Amino acid sequence: MIQDFLCTTLVFIGTLFMIVAGVGILRMPDLFMRMSCTSKATTLGMGFIMAALAVRFPHLEIATRALIITLFALLTAPVAAHMIARAAYVSGVPLWKKTVADQLCNRYDRCSCTLESCPIVENPPEEEERVDPDRQEPRK
Amino acid sequence: MTNILGVALPAAMLLLTSTIFMAFVRLMKGPSFPDRVVALDIMTTVAMGLIGLYAMESGEVIFLDVALFLALVSFLGTVAFAYYVERRQLRTGSGE
Repeated sequence: MIQDFLCTTLVFIGTLFMIVAGVGILRMPDLFMRMSCTSKATTLGMGFIMAALAVRFPHLEIATRALIITLFALLTAPVAAHMIARAAYVSGVPLWKKTVADQLCNRYDRCSCTLESCPIVENPPEEEERVDPDRQEPRK
Repeated sequence: MTNILGVALPAAMLLLTSTIFMAFVRLMKGPSFPDRVVALDIMTTVAMGLIGLYAMESGEVIFLDVALFLALVSFLGTVAFAYYVERRQLRTGSGE
């Protein structure tokens, strides 16, 4: 009986996190904000559901399998999110217009894909055309 | 299966299906290509949770292998899409 209550509670928490992730991917204004609220919440929700499954079937093999799935998701979700965020930033996906901090602004050379430690161009980022001479001749 | 779990599991599956639908809306109208990739990633992760719930309801634990395989394919697909986007940008040298 206590097992069923524990299982139901874990399923409820996991479903809540996944609902939050779904609302976030639908409502957030920016790709990066969408990623920051979905990639963590869905992984955590799936971990809760796998924990509920390990509580529901108290065998060692099922608990081990649920643990393996959770560990794999915890291992791969940040890597995948980081890779897709990096690719999106490189390919010029626009940030939200009320974003207050972009620490890679003017520091990323979009042609050679290298990151400088100081800003490349000292000008403020209003004019967008300053990148264009570099774009015409990419240094490979 | 007692009563509370028999009510909670179909309700949770319904809510997870609605989450998949929300991610599908983002997949349809995502302004950029990485938006769609992220939506696809979210859909597969939620589908893994759905598989876990269905394994809990039906008692067939063999579905957990499907969830593990889905995690593997989802990670490979996301990494391949990210690599494709980055290489395409590097080759053309222009944003988007």
